[in-house]
Amino acid sequence: MRYAMAVDTKKCVGCSDCVVACQTENNVPIGYCRDWVVESTHGTYPQLEIEIRSERCNHCDNAPCVRCCPTGASHYADGGIVLVTPNKCIGCGACITSCPYDARYPHPDGYVDKCTFCIHRVKKGLEPACVSACPTKCMYFGDLDDPKSPVSEILKVRKHKTLIPEAGTKPQLYFLI
Amino acid sequence: MREEIIVSGRHNHLIDPHLHIWHWQIPLYLFLGGLAAGILIFAAFFTLMGKEDKYRAAVKIAPHIVPWVLVVGLFALLLDLKHQLYFWRLYTTIRLESPMSWGAWVLMLVTPLSFIWSAIHIKEIFPKWDWKFKILIDLEAFFTKQKRAIAWVMGLSSVILGVYTGILFSAFNARPLWNTSILGPLFLASGLSAGAAVIMLFSKKHKERNMFSRIDIGVIVIELFLIIHMFMGFLASTQVQIDAAELFLGGPWTAPFWIFVVILGMIVPVILEVLELKKFKIPVVIPASLVLFGSLMLRFVIAYAGQESRWLY
Repeated sequence: MRYAMAVDTKKCVGCSDCVVACQTENNVPIGYCRDWVVESTHGTYPQLEIEIRSERCNHCDNAPCVRCCPTGASHYADGGIVLVTPNKCIGCGACITSCPYDARYPHPDGYVDKCTFCIHRVKKGLEPACVSACPTKCMYFGDLDDPKSPVSEILKVRKHKTLIPEAGTKPQLYFLI
Repeated sequence: MREEIIVSGRHNHLIDPHLHIWHWQIPLYLFLGGLAAGILIFAAFFTLMGKEDKYRAAVKIAPHIVPWVLVVGLFALLLDLKHQLYFWRLYTTIRLESPMSWGAWVLMLVTPLSFIWSAIHIKEIFPKWDWKFKILIDLEAFFTKQKRAIAWVMGLSSVILGVYTGILFSAFNARPLWNTSILGPLFLASGLSAGAAVIMLFSKKHKERNMFSRIDIGVIVIELFLIIHMFMGFLASTQVQIDAAELFLGGPWTAPFWIFVVILGMIVPVILEVLELKKFKIPVVIPASLVLFGSLMLRFVIAYAGQESRWLY
């Protein structure tokens, strides 16, 4: 099993519903977010091209945050999801520093927090909150080892990329371009 | 032209607009850890060479400050943690891939050894020191007998401590300025230089001071070479590392790095030490405190500038 997510940059309108859905579902403290929307503009007016990406933890296959964690609080859970165990986390900040995507933040309660791919929902057979709330249905989630999962199906037919693959993290958040 | 904006308004505390999760505690601790490692390496080395009396300040006097230096450093480290009550989790596991785990465990070894080293040499400072209890007197006798073995373990673990203060940074490939293995030897050299400076301050013998002046000059020259190599590596590497080097080559950290770290912390003390060896009268406190200042600033500048360096995307 290998969970992954794909975001269609052609369909995303940057409404930030995914951000609010996540904050509500996961009780994210006010002023923080586990996912965010980036608007990337290429070119000079009037030749402009825009790419909108809903970003979050990339749940990397070779996660630097798991590697540098001194206590094992950051770990790979079932399906390759990268999680933090709050009562093992000492809040040293090594994982935050190690993440090239800046996807983690220190929770006001002291431990480090991040996207969990809504593992609590996925276990029940539901989609992550951001995916289920997306009004343009631009996000796909599922198991890469299952050829029939929505994410496998879409990655088969669409051109896609990951963010900073050259950082060697083997990210599992795909962007359809 | 390409412009990337987070349109959903991300303002995560200590992360945005750029990472600033580590403050004064980490560089202060890295300086103190490096200094402690430097002093202990010299103490262990000269003990094993059988020159304890020739280099008395290095072996018997300066190491007395090490336990306190480490305690202050560890306290700074504790202050840095955001989930402080869980710090003991460091000692429920050994994670070989994590430099911080190495650091936690090596400190667990070096700190008690530094206390033992200080205890078996306490009579050098307080000749009338009395342990009072028989068990303490027996322990002192036992450790004094095992001095060479302690020196071996202490010396080797201090080398790990000194190198780890740099590896801690260089293991993060997300921060291109830190992602160079040169930081390991550079921080070790800087720690040795700081250690030599403290020994010079404590030494009352002209010969010993001269010896450590010479050692310090050698180590600082090595540091300067390592810094040049670091920039050569960056400038021949990928765009993110070129950008990282630019922070020090015209960017916002140019003045602090070159003035405080390189000129005041390395070049001026080397010149003063050379002049002193040439029989000019220079109070030892000037080059020694400049070296300590430069060593501290190296950690501060690298820690703060590194958090500003990042991948482009």
